[in-house]
Amino acid sequence: MSTPIIWVFLPFCLAAFLCLLRSERLSGGIASGMAFILVMAAWLLPIDTPINVGSLSFKITSSMIILGRHLVLTSADTPLLAFIYAAACFWLAASATVHSARRLSTFGLGITALLVSSLAVEPFLYAALLIEMAVLLAVPMLSLPGKTPGRGLLRFLIFQTVAMPFILFSGWLLAGIEANPGNSMLELQAAILLGLGFTLLLAIVPFSTWIPVLSEESHPYTAGFILWIFPTLAFLFGLGFLDRYTWLRTAPELTKLLTTTGSLMLFTGGVLAAFQRHLGRQLGTTVIAESGFSLLALSLGGATGLNLFFLLFVPRLVSLAIWAFSLSVLAGGTSSLRFIDVKGVARTHPFAAIGVVLASLSLAGLPLLACFPVRQALWEGLARQTPGIALVMLISNLGLVTGGVRSLAVLTMAPGGVKWEIRESLPQMIFLALGSFILIILGLFPQWAMAILVRLPYVFEHLGR
Amino acid sequence: MTAHIPCTSNISPFMTETLYWIAASLILLTTIGLLLSHDWRWSLGILAIQYLGSFWLVHSNWSISMAAVKLVAGWMVCAILGSAIFSSHEHPTSETSWPQGGLFRFLVGSLIALITFPLAQNAATWLNLNPALAWGSLLLMGMGLLQLGITSRPLRVIIGLLTFLSGFEIIYSAVESSSLIAALLAVVNLCLALAGAYLLNVNVGEISK
Repeated sequence: MSTPIIWVFLPFCLAAFLCLLRSERLSGGIASGMAFILVMAAWLLPIDTPINVGSLSFKITSSMIILGRHLVLTSADTPLLAFIYAAACFWLAASATVHSARRLSTFGLGITALLVSSLAVEPFLYAALLIEMAVLLAVPMLSLPGKTPGRGLLRFLIFQTVAMPFILFSGWLLAGIEANPGNSMLELQAAILLGLGFTLLLAIVPFSTWIPVLSEESHPYTAGFILWIFPTLAFLFGLGFLDRYTWLRTAPELTKLLTTTGSLMLFTGGVLAAFQRHLGRQLGTTVIAESGFSLLALSLGGATGLNLFFLLFVPRLVSLAIWAFSLSVLAGGTSSLRFIDVKGVARTHPFAAIGVVLASLSLAGLPLLACFPVRQALWEGLARQTPGIALVMLISNLGLVTGGVRSLAVLTMAPGGVKWEIRESLPQMIFLALGSFILIILGLFPQWAMAILVRLPYVFEHLGR
Repeated sequence: MTAHIPCTSNISPFMTETLYWIAASLILLTTIGLLLSHDWRWSLGILAIQYLGSFWLVHSNWSISMAAVKLVAGWMVCAILGSAIFSSHEHPTSETSWPQGGLFRFLVGSLIALITFPLAQNAATWLNLNPALAWGSLLLMGMGLLQLGITSRPLRVIIGLLTFLSGFEIIYSAVESSSLIAALLAVVNLCLALAGAYLLNVNVGEISK
């Protein structure tokens, strides 16, 4: 038995098996149960250490060979595995109540397994191919039966596919740099190709156009899952490059590049969020701004930057999941998520409306909500380093708050005489109430999220220390 | 840092060189053909021939058995897409938003061919590649990107992506000869075709509950 079998092949095979199930609840339950077991396994199972069960003794090895290449998941990776599968469990558990469990449990679990394998493969540049496979698996998940595939989905497919060759080729150049250290021309060529690859992979402006379109066209919950998992794992993949190559990590242009792209993403996302007239698109534009926050956290450099980068993970996960879940509930009760169609739905779907408003305001960094403590720390760090960027963050936050307030206004703008009623189902109400409660609790006690994330920076040997 | 120099056959270097240029010319003709064709049958037939050209160029760096993986995977891709279109109720129609003039497409395609030619010389020097191989590769990548930029139809997008990847695979074969890479790239091509097949049939909806 080896770790890649447990955290890659087992969930992948289960995802394939779940295709056969028709029941939403059963497939959602099995998938989330599996994700939960994998979290527990990451927490409890000792790796590369003999385990004695009665007279039986066995060992879980950390590596597995496929066609001459290795998949390696050591005990240092277990915090990351626990986080990824805990997040997957969080998404999968609620999926049955918004009728997306069959898609999410099959493709979502498969995508998670493939993306975990992308973190495990050595040489690690092969990860680009595994990420591409995950992208291709996302296509049937995002495309709704009976509807023509939209432009957002096609752009997502195009940009993510075109990213792969750039990263693979830069990997070859990076191997050359390891053999000839100090070759500045080779370093420049590798950096340009790597930059192009990650610009496409992370949907950096101007290649972010697919995000709002996709979140408008697709089912909000599946779109939310994709918009959470791909940027998160792409960032971790990018950190792998920074951790491995000293010349890349110490390049003086890196901070400038991260600051510029981060502020560009932040500004674009924030400003666009203020002017959207579709709740799904608003979620998409906020995701663009979120990538900007991550880039700016990394631009701070050192352990501080990395800690802030990881601290953004939990509040973002909770906020995005609740926002996407609430939108799915609203989408089930209205013809579309355009402002004109959701006017006053707070009277009929109060829990979902509260979920949308709380999650959007949390991602806008409003005090007492989940994202606020980390945003404040990030703001402080940026103000000390580059005050101009702190101003950009202020403008972006204003844009995000404006978007949230507009949503609130539209959702509560019911014509006179409409009675209050609750159309959400009981499980939906439970999930929404619990989610909203977590958003507030994380705002009041941010140290609880820190307990989960404290070991994550140490996954990266050089960056985390 | 350079890639290894291709040398795979027993025939004379002049003959080998000529065969590479023939393969590159075949790629030029097929990529322009893909740009101009409106009928899906023609498009898939041309794509199959294009895979033959890229197989020959990949063969210059890899053993014939490994290069054959690309050819077989490519033809399987064409078969998957063909059968998907055949089984769908609505056959793909031509573009409505993009200028449909054949002359315009031909000129844009020719421009790409002209631009990639001098670029290929630089790439060939940089990577120590055969110029025909570098040109064939860059041509495929350029034409693939052009297709992606001018269409919003799923079949065209998939063909554009496959063309782009074919170009990349040729140049990458010169620098990487791992069997895992060959296998994974073949799987990516096949998955792309399956995704395309799904997108072409998604309108039909679920067959049974």
